[in-house]
Amino acid sequence: MVKRKGILWLSLFLLAASVLAGCKASSSTGDADFPNRQLTYMIPFEAGGQSDIEARRQHKHLEKELGQPVVITYKPGGGGSVGWTEMVNKKPDGYYMAGINIPHIILQPMSNEDTGYKTDQIQPVALFQSTPIGLAVKKESGIRSMKDFVQKSKEDPGKVTVAGSGTFSGHHLALQQLEQQAEMKLKYVPFTGAATQVQAFLGGNTDAILANSSDLLKYKDRLNILAIGGEKKLGFFPDTPTFKELGYAMNPTIDRGVGVPKGTPEAVVERLEQAFLQIAKDQKIQQQMKKEGFLPLEMGAKESEQYIEQRKKELEPVLQELK
Amino acid sequence: MWETVLSALMDPVNALFLVGGVAGGIVVGALPGLTATMALALMLPFTFSMSPEPALIMLGGIYIGAIYGGSISAILINTPGTPSSIATTFDGYPMTRQGKPEQALVTAAFSSGIGGVLGGLTLLFLSPALADLALQFGPPEFFWVAIFGLTIIATLSAGSLLKGMIGGCLGLMLSTVGIAPIGGESRFTFGFSPLQGGLDLVVMLIGLFCIPEVLAMVDRKRVAKQGLALKREKGVAGGVIKKLVRQPLLLLRSSIVGIITGIIPGAGGNIASLLSYDLAVRFDKKHKDYGKGRMEGVVASEASNNAEVGGSLVPLLSLGIPGAAPAAVLMGALLIQGITPGPDLYTRYPDLVYTFIIAFIIANFVMFVMAFYGARYVARMIDLPADVLLPMIVMLTVIGSFAIRNSYLDVCMMLGFGIAGYFLKKVGFEPGPIVLGIILGPIAETGLAQSMLLGQAEGGVWQIFFTRPITLVLIVLSLISLLSAVYIQTSRAGWKAGRRDAETCDAD
Repeated sequence: MVKRKGILWLSLFLLAASVLAGCKASSSTGDADFPNRQLTYMIPFEAGGQSDIEARRQHKHLEKELGQPVVITYKPGGGGSVGWTEMVNKKPDGYYMAGINIPHIILQPMSNEDTGYKTDQIQPVALFQSTPIGLAVKKESGIRSMKDFVQKSKEDPGKVTVAGSGTFSGHHLALQQLEQQAEMKLKYVPFTGAATQVQAFLGGNTDAILANSSDLLKYKDRLNILAIGGEKKLGFFPDTPTFKELGYAMNPTIDRGVGVPKGTPEAVVERLEQAFLQIAKDQKIQQQMKKEGFLPLEMGAKESEQYIEQRKKELEPVLQELK
Repeated sequence: MWETVLSALMDPVNALFLVGGVAGGIVVGALPGLTATMALALMLPFTFSMSPEPALIMLGGIYIGAIYGGSISAILINTPGTPSSIATTFDGYPMTRQGKPEQALVTAAFSSGIGGVLGGLTLLFLSPALADLALQFGPPEFFWVAIFGLTIIATLSAGSLLKGMIGGCLGLMLSTVGIAPIGGESRFTFGFSPLQGGLDLVVMLIGLFCIPEVLAMVDRKRVAKQGLALKREKGVAGGVIKKLVRQPLLLLRSSIVGIITGIIPGAGGNIASLLSYDLAVRFDKKHKDYGKGRMEGVVASEASNNAEVGGSLVPLLSLGIPGAAPAAVLMGALLIQGITPGPDLYTRYPDLVYTFIIAFIIANFVMFVMAFYGARYVARMIDLPADVLLPMIVMLTVIGSFAIRNSYLDVCMMLGFGIAGYFLKKVGFEPGPIVLGIILGPIAETGLAQSMLLGQAEGGVWQIFFTRPITLVLIVLSLISLLSAVYIQTSRAGWKAGRRDAETCDAD
């Protein structure tokens, strides 16, 4: 009899608890033992791209840190927007996370009205990799420094062509910032990815290129890299000044991280954050990244949120001018 | 150096990875929706902990296997397993319907092997010399490549040239859905954000090629009570190869088309096989037999798309620029190993590079042997009763179209376009020209927009399209292709019918 009563109370309690927790299946007890089942790590780009490679690099470590299997899936399309739309509509319980890229998640909702997500619908968990964007010309161009470059473009406004990747993208906005601050006029020619962009530039179709540090590193023997993003000089380009050092108030980078839908319980975000930061601190992974031309980051959830907010403030007016 | 290369090649572990890679690639390639790029990307993490030789050897094997594997489903169920096998369906599937799937499969295996080996030899001997060709192609050249590609609509539209052109336009229009490659604005999404990603080529291929055929099979079974049946003959495979050996010119020409298309970044195996098929039709006196199960059609497509594999690796190894999407994944594998492809790759890592290239050539032989002996077993699949075979095919198409982007929308699109394709085919619209438009649309568009931007910087928008040497060659080729198509049409269909086609052609 006592036993039966106990069961009744227990079920009443559970019922109340689940009502209190609303429609979210993750009740408060669920958070404490998060994660207790398989997680999904979605990449909103094609398999084999840089975001995929990073996820694959983390995969084994992630499963160890979280103690649960992690499945990597792909949801490419619209430069990531299709995947991020999918992600913000998932249940915010931490079991579905996605790779996030900055400034993509800031710029896409601003540039197209039909983008299916808003920047603040994404809760960043961590940022683990930064890719500074640099401006380069070919060695045989005779242009040795930013000063030469600015001078040349001022002689021929709008005649100096610059290859970049994408429209309303990190490269596009970097070019706009540079134009504004150096008071020059360039011609931006967008390409559909690193491979086509580099190929067109090396083939002599454009005068200069705005490219990610990892791509510049591959061709550094053929290039004069005039300036590059980053707060301080990069280990792999010891002689290249940063835009900031040259007096431009800009720090163009592409940053990679991971996010979950907004509304995910704080404890869950912290648990994921802890796992990703642990991996980000791994010396071997950091070494690999540096060798490939990336800067390892170890930014947690709060810091990432602030960083995204700051980038948003910086880029919003720049984009408005482009549109 | 050659001692190290030889000992690396003799290493049983490497041999195991080579054979495993090829076999795995064939299986994945044969499944519609699972492309060579995906097969490589899925295996990429396993190479992280491997040493460079076996890693590259395995990935090379997968690449080769998957491109051949795509022909299996193209031949058996009219569905290109990878986009590289689109042209294989044109004659491969009719051969199956005539009860000769084994012949078609052996043809594909032999031509793929020859194409692959020639591609590999190019990689071995001509790589640095040809790599610069990749850099000669800028936006204006890509624009004209796309225009040249569109001229083969004439070959792909089985009956009416006009209907082929309408199909091509439909394809071009479908290719504009989603975020514009240049300009960044959303087009034809109707405010529905999942459409920002555009229509996926593989989804369209499955929908337009496979579903109409499944429906037609149901039709035929209902009306004539006839299904597919394998004609059992002995010594088929040997006979096929004897015939093929007498066609060195066809094999060579198709392979060269494949190699060149491969070297040009951005133009992949799908374009290679379509162009080569087009040439085969034009150079063959029996051009009327194409599309009705002519073996040469399969040769042209398959020799070309496997030669393209070697070609796509030429700019990758010598310049660090992948010549096709799967090659880009291989580049990822190299980088993870700490090896940066580029001009000094051959001098800095000669052992690795030559081991890889020679293993690549060997992998083509392995692929041929597997495909040759497997053909007779795989061909038996069509002997399954239709009520078992058809549901199986439909299930495969659903899985395949979902797998490509993990999207239910894609499954709906595949079914929707499949049903539309069935009715379109009934009124004489072939899937070939539509798909050609979808493939070439983005290339033409980005080439046009980028060239105009470059032209603006030079002071005139249009000169850039006509003043560069390669653009001139491409313009001349396009004109020849267009005029000869009209000529063939006139001589084929008689003066009167031909005149009608020529006029509609002018009107466009």
